[in-house]
Amino acid sequence: MSPEPISFVWPLAGGLLVGLSAAIYLLVNGRVTGISGLTANATGLSRGGPRILSLTFIGGLLGGAVLSAALVRTPEVQITSNLWLLIAGGLIVGFGTRWGSGCTSGHGVCGLARLSRRSMVATAVFMVVAAVTVFVIRHILGWGL
Amino acid sequence: MSRLVVALICGLLFGAGMVISDMINPARVLAFLDVTGAWDPALAFVMGGALVPSSAAWLIRRRLNAPMAADAFHVPENRTIDLPLVGGAALFGLGWGLVGLCPGPALAALTTGAWQAFVFVAALVSGMALYRLTLDRGS
Repeated sequence: MSPEPISFVWPLAGGLLVGLSAAIYLLVNGRVTGISGLTANATGLSRGGPRILSLTFIGGLLGGAVLSAALVRTPEVQITSNLWLLIAGGLIVGFGTRWGSGCTSGHGVCGLARLSRRSMVATAVFMVVAAVTVFVIRHILGWGL
Repeated sequence: MSRLVVALICGLLFGAGMVISDMINPARVLAFLDVTGAWDPALAFVMGGALVPSSAAWLIRRRLNAPMAADAFHVPENRTIDLPLVGGAALFGLGWGLVGLCPGPALAALTTGAWQAFVFVAALVSGMALYRLTLDRGS
């Protein structure tokens, strides 16, 4: 299932907003905008991360998604994974992002921007493993996911 | 107080970015990751666009002793490339490739009411709890 082609202007504009969020949060609050870390803080699953602050960020994230969906563009969420794949994928992403200290936002948007070698390695590893996973599922197993 | 307002504003920008960029759509993400198939490179612009303000901020940060609304910077100091980093990133990549959702878009997708997003986020938090109870168990 392939989504309709999209103009590069949308990803570029959305990316700039994400980067602006990371820039302001760093310079004003002195913290990185890693969503896996913020989620762990907000749920009390990190070691002493700021809970209220992280909950507020995530509340804002949900609000920003609602507002932009109402005012800017209506998102499509096309998911073909079945229940078991969703559960397995979620568990692995939750465990892996904590063990590896970050996800696409923390290691990608924040870590690459500050030229962190750890984040460069992590980003390379998760991009390659994700691409290989999609390759195996689509082109070796032939599942139409 | 001001830190909470800033967190709210940054959250709003981030959430809007998830929807506007179309990172919120797992089918788009999987098409981006499908480099040997009908590759859809659009999402490369998300990271490209995000890195411009983010890199500028890290350059500005070098000239600041402290952030504007907090006592000190709380940024990662670890420099070691170790098994947790690589193993965790590999697991994350596996889960991301299986479903097409990473944490930011997964949270944003909750607002569309898609049941799959609720299952995924519940499992994601459970995975974080599992980590806390196993590898992160020490004092």
